[in-house]
Amino acid sequence: MDPVVLFFLLGVIARLARSDLRLPEAMYEGLSIYLLLAIGLKGGVELAKHPIGPLLPQVGGVIVLGAVLPLLAFPVLRYVGRFNRFDAASVAAHYGSVSMVTFAVAMAYLLERGISHEQYMPLFVVLLEVPGIVVGILLAKLGAERRVEWGALAHEVLFGRSIVLLTGGLLIGWISGPEALAPQAKLFFELFKAVLALFMLEMGLVAAGRIRDLRKTGLFLLGFGTVVPIVFAAIGGLVAHAIGLSLGGAILLGTLAASASYIAAPAAMRIAVPEANPSLSLAASLGVTFPFNVLAGIPLYHRLLSWLYGV
Amino acid sequence: MQTHPKKLIVIITESALESLLVKDILALGAHGYTICDVRGGGRHGAREAAWEADRNIRVEVICDDPTSNAIAEHVRQKYSLNYATTLFVTDVGVLRPEKF
Repeated sequence: MDPVVLFFLLGVIARLARSDLRLPEAMYEGLSIYLLLAIGLKGGVELAKHPIGPLLPQVGGVIVLGAVLPLLAFPVLRYVGRFNRFDAASVAAHYGSVSMVTFAVAMAYLLERGISHEQYMPLFVVLLEVPGIVVGILLAKLGAERRVEWGALAHEVLFGRSIVLLTGGLLIGWISGPEALAPQAKLFFELFKAVLALFMLEMGLVAAGRIRDLRKTGLFLLGFGTVVPIVFAAIGGLVAHAIGLSLGGAILLGTLAASASYIAAPAAMRIAVPEANPSLSLAASLGVTFPFNVLAGIPLYHRLLSWLYGV
Repeated sequence: MQTHPKKLIVIITESALESLLVKDILALGAHGYTICDVRGGGRHGAREAAWEADRNIRVEVICDDPTSNAIAEHVRQKYSLNYATTLFVTDVGVLRPEKF
């Protein structure tokens, strides 16, 4: 098992054992700023090596994927889970968007096993963050009288920390190129795994804290949070295959499709769909899906997509 | 020392509401506000979900009675249904009443 995953488990065990271990908030914020920038920079540097033309259909395919996933999740939540339209739309938005940390863990997984992938994948992380959230909001608003504060919402979503740092990192990496970034390479590229490990410790603490909410929300979310990611990973893998990504790229895109947001989507939903219960969506994305993806999902998607790719 | 009576209205709510709330408070006639980050727990309205430690803000505004009533009514109508809010008003004495 990846050491990064073991750090996560340490955090889970510590929280369940009611340890007073806590990462200081400033440290958590600092580590996440670092991770976002590093992912963006690396992706941007690689992006500069690629001609834009052939990338455009890939970009289009990925955006469509992001918009379609919540449309698939919504009916399951509404009619099988029997959630009201607001909760169903909110959870759907969470699953349509992505978790950057899950992506980072998947990248570390591929690196460990020497599986190559398209290095500009961080571009897709940016692209997949927003469409799911927008579709989720539209699903909630259909037929409802309340008006959405699109201005405040657009600002929150498009200029939220994740998008600014990822996009900024991409642009800086793309403009600067590898030689100009060589002095920063030690910090941003070599230390990445160590920082991710520390961050996963905090994620373990936080995810385990959601278990109490899960007992209230019941078994449906437990099932939803494990089965839907697998289905979404398969869909993501199919899309990856269709747009010509390598196996490594497909595993990453599948993981992105399987991941659920717990930062960008909750913040956006709180403003756009206040009627939705935030503990519900957080219990699902942070309490169930994130641990599932990290502990079992990524290796599972690897196996699944290897079979799809005939490897 | 001569103090003049004013109202201190305190709103404890989710930090997601900060920018919207500040805009509303200033529009309703408050001259200023103070915010700090707090955490806590309780039951949110009619919903069963008990808020465990989550990111909250505590907004304090010193103002006159009519403004305090307007703010309280506004928060009640606009936010208290869907967001976790705690609101209370106390009497305070200030040295420079024209400031508030």
